Amino acid sequence: MHVLLILMMLAVLAIARTRNLFSVIVLSGIYSFLMATVFVALDAVDVAMTEAAVGAGVSTVLLLGALHLCRSDEAKPTHRPWIPLSLSTATAAMLIYGALGLPGFADPDAPIHRHVVPRYLQNEIDIPNVVTAVLASFRGFDTLGETAVVFTAGAGIIALLRRRKKNGKEGNPDAG
Amino acid sequence: MQDDLVLRVIGKILIPYILLFAVYVQFHGDFGPGGGFQAGVIFATGIVFYALIFGLQQARAVISDGFVEAMLAAGVLLYAGIGVAGLLLGGNYLDYFVLSSDPIHGQHRGIFWVELGVAITVCGVMIKIFYMFASHGDGGEHRQ
Repeated sequence: MHVLLILMMLAVLAIARTRNLFSVIVLSGIYSFLMATVFVALDAVDVAMTEAAVGAGVSTVLLLGALHLCRSDEAKPTHRPWIPLSLSTATAAMLIYGALGLPGFADPDAPIHRHVVPRYLQNEIDIPNVVTAVLASFRGFDTLGETAVVFTAGAGIIALLRRRKKNGKEGNPDAG
Repeated sequence: MQDDLVLRVIGKILIPYILLFAVYVQFHGDFGPGGGFQAGVIFATGIVFYALIFGLQQARAVISDGFVEAMLAAGVLLYAGIGVAGLLLGGNYLDYFVLSSDPIHGQHRGIFWVELGVAITVCGVMIKIFYMFASHGDGGEHRQ
């Protein structure tokens, strides 16, 4: 577990240092696979499957497709990013400070395990996989919203890329 | 990449199992890990793999753009339709207990259709985004 987290940290540092975008994409694929392994170690197999298929599979292919459309080396920054760096350091420090106040991992006395979780685990609807029961039945409205978000994302991509293609076709004769 | 013999053979062997695994994850989601979202993504991964090896045109011949766009909407409509079916049968919106005479069976039926809706939309969106990105360059070929 700690080995995985240290490897993930190394991957992130390498991503931040590297200027070649192809290596960055490969490194982020490695990061996603490490993340999926962490999820497996935490017994969250559903999330691990999603992370491996989306994070390491589809998004790597999409990023490679995007890389095909632009230059493969990141330009050198024109100024030192001190303000963004200090902002993100401050946010990270705040999050770490907040995380110290959370109940311990898998603590049975944590507030969440005394509130709705007992009812979910009783499983009055007789679905062996509690994750599916929670997602599709107990929180059906949430999942409907999520599906609508995925649909909207797809519709947005269609609207964006299709218009640009048409403009390119119409714009080229004028410009040339 | 279309002339790579190793990739073509491996792809032909693996892709049916990827698609089959997606269907397994979909229909076994009540009992084991998985569900609509995972199944949709894995199915889309199989199609993307196919398009990478055999070319975008081949993939578009298998699953056309119009069909993918119909999938986008059909999944959400199926999900929302299950909610309306609950209303018509005398329950609340997205109430699965009324979908069958046995409440537990009604829950199973509701979850089955809802997960199918999620899978169809997710799969459609993933394939569509890939198609849009891949066809945006010249001919949709990836430089590797």
